[in-house]
Amino acid sequence: MKQKILGIASIVSIGVALYFALIYAPQEPTMGVLQRVFYFHVPQAVLSYVAAILFGFGSLMYLVKRDLKWDRFAYCSAELGVLFASTTLATGIIWGKLAWGVWWAGDARTNMQMILDLSFIGYLMLRSYLPDREKRARLSTVFALLAVINVPINYGAIYWWNTQHPKPVIGPAGGGLDPDMGTALVVCLLAFGVVFAYLLVNRLGVASTEDEVGELEAAVETA
Amino acid sequence: MSPIAAIVFKDIAIEYKNKEAFSSMVLFGILVVVIFSFAFEGSDRKALATSLAPGMLWVAYSFAGILGLNRSLSMETDNDCLQGLLLSPLSRSDLYLGKVAGNFVFTIIAELVLLPFFIVLNNLAFDGKLLWIIAITLLGTLGFVAIGTTLSLISAQTRMKEVMLPVLQIPMTFPVILSAVQAMTLVMTDDPRGISFPLSLLGVFSTVYLTASYFVFEYLVEE
Repeated sequence: MKQKILGIASIVSIGVALYFALIYAPQEPTMGVLQRVFYFHVPQAVLSYVAAILFGFGSLMYLVKRDLKWDRFAYCSAELGVLFASTTLATGIIWGKLAWGVWWAGDARTNMQMILDLSFIGYLMLRSYLPDREKRARLSTVFALLAVINVPINYGAIYWWNTQHPKPVIGPAGGGLDPDMGTALVVCLLAFGVVFAYLLVNRLGVASTEDEVGELEAAVETA
Repeated sequence: MSPIAAIVFKDIAIEYKNKEAFSSMVLFGILVVVIFSFAFEGSDRKALATSLAPGMLWVAYSFAGILGLNRSLSMETDNDCLQGLLLSPLSRSDLYLGKVAGNFVFTIIAELVLLPFFIVLNNLAFDGKLLWIIAITLLGTLGFVAIGTTLSLISAQTRMKEVMLPVLQIPMTFPVILSAVQAMTLVMTDDPRGISFPLSLLGVFSTVYLTASYFVFEYLVEE
């Protein structure tokens, strides 16, 4: 039931987000229609960090509680992390080609986003090579905690290294944003947040079933 | 003899007997250097020395280092030697620090053997910069090995250890390699004014990775 509601909510909210991003938000004078990538690029980037935080949180909780529930939580967050980090890169590449004239500027922040994506993929690959359930959870959790150290570095990268990636327009050091653009951004952020929640809840359900099946298979083998 | 020194001594004694890890590291590193020197043949020597050389050197270092790390920890897991080490009266953190120290010694020696080949094959003039290059190599290698020892213990317990280590190691050590390459580029271009920044970053990464690995290491070896 919860999944159905979230599913309908995500379809509706994406529709609303498309209206706000493509029609409601005013045209940006220098970049024109191109700037509208912003309403997809920024929410996806934010959600890839959210996925990284949930990923780290789930891993930490697994080490403390030793409950496979938390391991599944970290694992499902990592899968969403791959999805959102990849779409951030894809939208960023398109935007970069048109705004800066190059697909890949080798900029510190884009590099770090790539690294975040590769860390998630490395984590998922590591899990697939560990057949024993408990060992898989324990070893991949340790890797997850080390990988999460990279997230603050990722965020700090924009300040530490010289970069041509724009500084965040929102927040204390930002240059401010047109109020209508701000509204559109918040709407898109919320809409993608709903999609994120829908995918996470669904994936957690599937992962829990997978574990049950694994346990049953093990029981049949020993019997 | 302190426990850490005992582990380093054990690793050196094994290596002295079979000479497997060191020879493969050096030979592989030389091959990488040779491929680069062929690939960039005919390109501008001066540009090569300043902008490309540091990156090429760190590619050779990383590949050789990963080879050594793989060998060092799979040696412990292959014949259940790790069980013996865990049964011996030394703490988990001593075991970690001992393995880091051993790996550090091997990697540094291999890198210092590699360096002259690199200079000769690429006709580089290091002059008085050699001390800087060695200092950056030492600091970068410490960060590389600190996290690499933990990751290679994770990958050594999987089914595909040779593949797994680079997949985990390269994204994680990217900030270390990037800082080391930046520091070396500054040295090579005779512009050491900004060097304190990448050097302090290297110091920070090494400390963070060493501390984090030190704390999570016990979860990797629990049975």
